[in-house]
Amino acid sequence: MKAIYLDNNATTRVAPEVIDAMLPFLREMWGNPSSMHTFGGQVGRHIERAREQVALTLGAAGPDEIVFTSCGTESDNAAIMSALAAAPDKKRIVTTKVEHPAVLNLARHLEGRGMDVVYLPVDSQGRLDLDALRDSIDDQTALVSVMWANNETGVVFPIEEIAAICSDRGVVLHTDAVQTIGKLPCDLRETPVAYLSMSGHKIHAPKGIGALYIRRGTKFSPMIIGGHQERGRRAGTENAASIVGLGKACELAMAHWKEDCRQMAALRDRLEKGLIDSIPRVHIHGDTGHRLPNTTNLGFESVEGEAILLLLNEHNICASSGSACASGSLDPSHVMIAMGVPFERAHGSIRFSLSRYNTEDDVDAVLTHMPGIIKRLRELSPVA
Amino acid sequence: MWNYTEKVIEHFIHPRNVGEIENPDGVGEVGSLACGDMLRLSFKLDDEGRIVDARFKTFGCASAIASSSALTEIIRGKTLEEAERITNRDIAEYLGGLPEEKMHCSVMGREALEAAIANYRGEGAETRTLEGTVVCKCYGVTDEQIRKVARENRLTTVEEVTNYTKAGGGCGLCHERIQEILDEIRNGKTAPTTPAQVAQEKKAKGLALTNIEKIHIIEQLISERIRPALRQDGGDIDLLDVDQNVVYVRLKGACENCPSANYTMRQFIEKEIQREVSPSIRVEEVRA
Ligand code: FES
Repeated sequence: MKAIYLDNNATTRVAPEVIDAMLPFLREMWGNPSSMHTFGGQVGRHIERAREQVALTLGAAGPDEIVFTSCGTESDNAAIMSALAAAPDKKRIVTTKVEHPAVLNLARHLEGRGMDVVYLPVDSQGRLDLDALRDSIDDQTALVSVMWANNETGVVFPIEEIAAICSDRGVVLHTDAVQTIGKLPCDLRETPVAYLSMSGHKIHAPKGIGALYIRRGTKFSPMIIGGHQERGRRAGTENAASIVGLGKACELAMAHWKEDCRQMAALRDRLEKGLIDSIPRVHIHGDTGHRLPNTTNLGFESVEGEAILLLLNEHNICASSGSACASGSLDPSHVMIAMGVPFERAHGSIRFSLSRYNTEDDVDAVLTHMPGIIKRLRELSPVA
Repeated sequence: MWNYTEKVIEHFIHPRNVGEIENPDGVGEVGSLACGDMLRLSFKLDDEGRIVDARFKTFGCASAIASSSALTEIIRGKTLEEAERITNRDIAEYLGGLPEEKMHCSVMGREALEAAIANYRGEGAETRTLEGTVVCKCYGVTDEQIRKVARENRLTTVEEVTNYTKAGGGCGLCHERIQEILDEIRNGKTAPTTPAQVAQEKKAKGLALTNIEKIHIIEQLISERIRPALRQDGGDIDLLDVDQNVVYVRLKGACENCPSANYTMRQFIEKEIQREVSPSIRVEEVRA
């Protein structure tokens, strides 16, 4: 049975074009890009081409603003640590309660080392209070780190407005855009973000490759120190094949994003409407007016998310859950808690996230099986 | 994805004995929606006192559902005395094991069984009232529950206690207290903290209680078990005096003029106190 994959905010299938682009760098062109000889040097040229592709996708001023990293988490960490190193006498970080753990857990770690961290709240629809953001920035603020779009709900934060507030207050802004690239237009010439993180495996490149955008003129202090790779901003021999793959994935995202987004949004809406029409007591979590086109997060009352996921899995349907039980923690997701979603609904939340490879058949399969799954679990539930 | 055994998956996909028994002999409910799992167990006895039917309804993850299903299979055909000896380990073993992080599901099964048996014996409402002092506010777990589960499962770390009871899995403020409890167990003493706990320990060792110790236990029983149960029906109770083996109380609120007050007094309040203090206790109502 074919797997129906609707968990694309977790990871995406590597695009066949990306694999094709990468293979030569695993087979023939395995030279070290730092080598003086042609064998290595030719690899270096492809890395630079990939850098241009990434820069173009982000609307960067030039490829020099792009540093390749190992993943989104490394990009987030590098940006935040670098901003702190650039302002050693400042003691405040402003972020939000709904960040990815790559930012949230780093912020908590820094808090334990004496940083003052402001975690901005969100409302019941997952929206940020921009006045609270404005008020939280003071002279002591070293940086603001706010995700562009939330991985669990797809809610998009108004990054242009946030950037304007930060630049008004003279504070650098880092944004974790891991979920955004390929799903929203991005032009960093227009948006004064100092740092932006992205990750390959969310845009049909492989895992283990990411990029960090660093605006020209922004101070940067490297986390990984060694050779001169990436102009001294990140040492270590380049992951050439993956870098080329990321470049190709960016090129594809640029070429297809409008069509991809139109298709994903249409499928998502069809899925959402179908589920709401066929199942009682379902709620959409998150601001439907400002969401990524590929994401829906639904709360099913009186049933628990992990149980739903496993029954979906019986039909080869892969989704994800904001339920605690699926994650090994005991509280439902921090995003659901921050949004004040009632616990019983948060425990029964399911996220479907689509990609360009999803079809109507995938959506129809969910619509066929989900009502029965929820009915069955509600029959088991003492509170249904 | 969790590494569930085939049997867990089997019981999750095809749970046995789902539902509720009409006119059950005992019903027990534990957990809560907010905590993410909840189990309601009911059973029926035959003429020989064996469990002929046991059914469940569960809100929870796959292992909670599988544990409930396993529990009902295990207890069918058993006498209450036999059922009482079932531990959470038996439930987990029946399923071929549960991931450590999910052991609390098996503990929930055992607790629901305890609550249902207590309900059958008229010892409590069907929703379990907890013994001991709440240690973990996030998940409403008491020191007594932690002690019991930690002893039975030989738990030695806070993390294990969280896996088995959920205590400590939220804000983490209770970690220190959980560690203290574990230390007490390891050092072979339970370091009673309240006079009522001192008295209960003494009673457990079969030693006679002094009058003041009796009073402490009775006060604790009233505030933790009896009063909350009466309040659920709009009633209330005050302890007035304890004289040797006679306990004087005043019923208040809805209990005051309730036609079944005498029944409540004999079957619930008196039995509860007799069980914890001594079978020779009598409870007398003093009317205003
Ligand atoms: S009080 Fe125990 S985890 Fe919060």
